[in-house]
Amino acid sequence: MIRPHRSHPLWYAFILHRISGLVLALFLPVHFYMLALALTAPERLDGLFVWSEMFIVKVAEFGLVFLLAVHMFGGLRLMAMEWLPWSDSQKSLAAGAAAVALLISGVFFLRAI
Amino acid sequence: MLTVRLYMLQRITALLMAPLVLGHLAVMIYAVQGGLSAAEILGRTQGSIAWLLFYGGFVIAVSVHAAIGLRVIVHETLGLKGTLLEVITWAVAAGLLGFGLRAVMAVTVS
Repeated sequence: MIRPHRSHPLWYAFILHRISGLVLALFLPVHFYMLALALTAPERLDGLFVWSEMFIVKVAEFGLVFLLAVHMFGGLRLMAMEWLPWSDSQKSLAAGAAAVALLISGVFFLRAI
Repeated sequence: MLTVRLYMLQRITALLMAPLVLGHLAVMIYAVQGGLSAAEILGRTQGSIAWLLFYGGFVIAVSVHAAIGLRVIVHETLGLKGTLLEVITWAVAAGLLGFGLRAVMAVTVS
């Protein structure tokens, strides 16, 4: 049985913030390693960029861009909730954060393909 | 396992990174058009003090932010605490800072 608090929309906002943060933190070493190749082996970096032309990799990049955007906008909502006067529209703000993140990552995806 | 100091550090780095993330998103949307290449990226970033400061600041903030975030997840999910939790936090921060600054130097200075 799903516990009652886990059926609340803001629980999804919490879990999305946690998962996006975790995935981004795990991606960072890969990201840094790839960029450092510019110093040590530029031809291997271009080899990886050729690989990034694959559609499935573009979808993965879209996912990462969405997670970055939703982590930032969701984090701003969280700090507004903690520090600013209480607003009753927390669910709308969380939905707005996800919508804006989807818009930004959607623009990225359309430019990438 | 989150002291007031770590809590504040997490929020301060988040606020610092908000405009940096917006800038990074804009750069990604601009750069991905027409495909990525090492020459294109290096042509934009090499020798640029502005990009060095932008991404150098980003790496410092994200190293602190990610280390504290992972510390919270590791504590709440796996129940780790004490010295082991401190070691993991510092190792993540130091590792990301080292790898990150090396990457920034690779694309801006070399």
